Amino acid sequence: MNINLTINGKSYSQDVEPRLLLIHFLRDVAGLTGTHMGCETSLCGACTVELDGKAIKSCTMFAVQANGAEIVTVEGLANDGKLDPMQEAFWNEHGLQCGFCTPGMIMAAKQIIDRHPSPTEDEIRHGLEGNVCRCTGYQHIVNAVKAAAAGAGK
Amino acid sequence: MATTTTKTETFVGKRVRRREDPRLITGTATYVEDIQMPGMHYAVILRSPHAAARIRSIKAKQAEAAPGVVCVFTGKDTKGVGVVPCGIAMPDLRVPQHNILATDRVYFVGHPVAVVVARDRYLARDAAELIEVDYDILPAVADPEKALTKGAPAVHPQWPDNIAFTYHQDGGNVDKVFAEADVVVKQRIVSQRLVPMAMETRGVVAEWRGADRQLNLYTSTQIPHLVRTLVAGMLGLEENRTRVIAPEVGGGFGSKLNVYAEEALMGFVSMRIQKPVKWIESRRENFTCTTHGRGHVDYYEIAAKRDGTILGIKLKLIQDVGAYHQLLTPLIPQLSVLMMPGLYNTQNIRADIVGVFTNCVPTDAYRGAGRPEATHGIERMVDILAAELKMDPAQIRLKNFVTKDKFPYATATGLMYDSGDYAAPLKKALDLVGYVKLRQEQADLRKQGKYMGIGISTYGEICAIGPSPATPAGGWESATVKIEPSGKITILTGACPHGQGEETTFAQIAADELGVGLDDILVTRGDTAVVQYGIGTFGSRATAVGGTALYYALQDLKAKIKKFGAMLLESDDVTLVGGQVVCDKTGKAKPLREIAGASYRALKLPPNTEPGLIATRFWEPPNFTFPFGAHIVVTDIDSETGQIKVRRYVAVDDCGNILNPLIVDGQVHGGVAQGLGQALWEQAVYDDNGQLITGELTDYALPRAHLMPWIESHHTCTPSPVNPLGVKGVGEAGTIGCSPAVVNSAVDALSPLGVRHIDMPLTPEKIWKLLAKKN
Repeated sequence: MNINLTINGKSYSQDVEPRLLLIHFLRDVAGLTGTHMGCETSLCGACTVELDGKAIKSCTMFAVQANGAEIVTVEGLANDGKLDPMQEAFWNEHGLQCGFCTPGMIMAAKQIIDRHPSPTEDEIRHGLEGNVCRCTGYQHIVNAVKAAAAGAGK
Repeated sequence: MATTTTKTETFVGKRVRRREDPRLITGTATYVEDIQMPGMHYAVILRSPHAAARIRSIKAKQAEAAPGVVCVFTGKDTKGVGVVPCGIAMPDLRVPQHNILATDRVYFVGHPVAVVVARDRYLARDAAELIEVDYDILPAVADPEKALTKGAPAVHPQWPDNIAFTYHQDGGNVDKVFAEADVVVKQRIVSQRLVPMAMETRGVVAEWRGADRQLNLYTSTQIPHLVRTLVAGMLGLEENRTRVIAPEVGGGFGSKLNVYAEEALMGFVSMRIQKPVKWIESRRENFTCTTHGRGHVDYYEIAAKRDGTILGIKLKLIQDVGAYHQLLTPLIPQLSVLMMPGLYNTQNIRADIVGVFTNCVPTDAYRGAGRPEATHGIERMVDILAAELKMDPAQIRLKNFVTKDKFPYATATGLMYDSGDYAAPLKKALDLVGYVKLRQEQADLRKQGKYMGIGISTYGEICAIGPSPATPAGGWESATVKIEPSGKITILTGACPHGQGEETTFAQIAADELGVGLDDILVTRGDTAVVQYGIGTFGSRATAVGGTALYYALQDLKAKIKKFGAMLLESDDVTLVGGQVVCDKTGKAKPLREIAGASYRALKLPPNTEPGLIATRFWEPPNFTFPFGAHIVVTDIDSETGQIKVRRYVAVDDCGNILNPLIVDGQVHGGVAQGLGQALWEQAVYDDNGQLITGELTDYALPRAHLMPWIESHHTCTPSPVNPLGVKGVGEAGTIGCSPAVVNSAVDALSPLGVRHIDMPLTPEKIWKLLAKKN
């Protein structure tokens, strides 16, 4: 099946098997390996990307379902070498350790401040509910989202 | 030309943000799954759906003929490959033959039976479903206590009692103190099986280069050099032509401190097909086939005087081994025994371990590895004793601590605690939490029928593992420091950190020692072709042992830098400061860049000095280190639902000197999350047939952001005398300190109902039943 989609501003037109998962399209076809497969069941959030403005889990979506969509992955966040404020905040606040959940976590975190420009701690924590981090205990991630929100509000 | 910056600014002790982060936050890091090679094939492993069965036949013809499939291998094909190694030698250890693929029998759900190799991962998975295995299903046993009963199914038919090993340790005079004690309290305490659940599952890429007789093995491991030695042995390869690379590793927590069947299996496959091959573990496989942690049933007895003085401790420890020994399986409960006295001054201990085979995936190291179990046991028992004697749990601890004038302190278990002031973190935590006020509030709430609890845990742990005689494979660590001709600095650490931040903390150490900026330093790890032999990152050792090796390599290098500097300055009185060698008399200086250049150009050399600036040290620690601390947890229990809410979490940890407080905080938080996971939510549950019924994230409850309390992390500082950095290690502290504090808090809350002990995890159902029964 032929699909057309845009990833990080770049157009892709490709024949794919109908069963090809979106995450495998991103990783294997587009070569964007920043998005990680963590659980294959949409429960860990390592594969979170933005699809038409919404954070989705790319491990449980077929590539054909994304036909016509605009997708942003973690590789699409930094602009001309300048980090996205959320990336910068994760770095400053030590919001990551092994880094495997981080790309998905950053995508989910961006969605939180899109929805709640000045999120409460509760909103942040619930916004991160679908993303598992096994290293940080989430506290520095919460700090990072707070810092990014505060920075964005300036 | 880039030059080395010279700085007087220091970095050790500061909240320096991590140098490994840019690649991780931009999605450009390379984990095993990200590796692509021309001609690469994909492997999918067919695994047993049964916990115990004989294999009557395996029919793979259909799979072999399936589209894209190159070959299928079964246990018959891999008979020439060596067994999965157990690294522990002990008397009477029964070691079942652990083949990389099952031959005639399977022993646990997930046991690898066949491997399908195809040009695409989807096709490999399709083909795996076409393999027909005829199983003769046998009775299984998954519960270690049931496995010990007469008539239980034998996991390995040659050992019908299911005993894998026994271990006995005695110190002091236990019989005497138990006979003379005013009070003896007893309790059965379970530390349940847990799934380590690193976010990145395991994965291997094997690339055989036949003309060179060279195997390149990319694997998500904590111990690349040990994997190289052992996998080369399994495959009959030359170790110097086996290169193991641990690229970015997405968490390990002990589950990647191992040598797994799949690592050798992928090497075997690549050698057979003469192409690179990739295997990535699915999450389901990660649950069923990667080692689990804990799995203890402990029977404790404590003897004490009426005034609360602890006289002696007895422990009967039943360790659920699983179906095989992995690398360190039999060692883990021995670590529990070593730490069974905790922070308390008692010289009378007796421990008996029985390791039990079950039809489950093997247990092995998981964050804390034996010490969380030990701490949970002793800290629960001290609370039970306090309740029995109607003493305050803080007071009974303060009464029994090894006092700070007694260090170094020899324990009844044969350890030498390095340094400590155990009362300090407890007193600090009591102050921070407002203990006296909280007790008053608790009394008021109890009058209103509300359940609020205050739980204390004072833990000690054994870290910086460790002196080589106490370890199975060498307990030293290595470091090389190279100053390149341009003055830039490369550090090669054998410790292979993977998320713990040593790319930053090691750069901090080197920057301060040499007086240069962090940007001049690169820390490299994880590739056996690049880095000198090393042991790895586990047991809170990377900084305390690997950082010390680095420190000494830096001292060697500094001496050499000064020699070259002295030569260039034509003076014997020189000082290395701020990245340059300065003549004490004239004040003239030569920057490191110039000295490095001169050392490689070698137009002139100082007496008895070789060209170049490179130093390697292998540091053997004289002792373990013993971090300690106090965690206090305040919980409120919902009497309608049994839900436990953590109101306050105060952690006061003493890990010696702190090189980077930001990273230490992160380690504490992550450790506490895993401890809370065990205390409240996590449990690997096998049913009576040996099926893992918590085999996916749908069924295995992990700590998530909305469930975690705010962790108030504080410290006291008692430097370790074991290493010149004064550090003790902090990777496991949070996990070790946490679980007993949570359970003590819940038991304290429910104590008016006569509750004295609850086994983990403290699910709302469990608590609700206690409330319902007592009300």
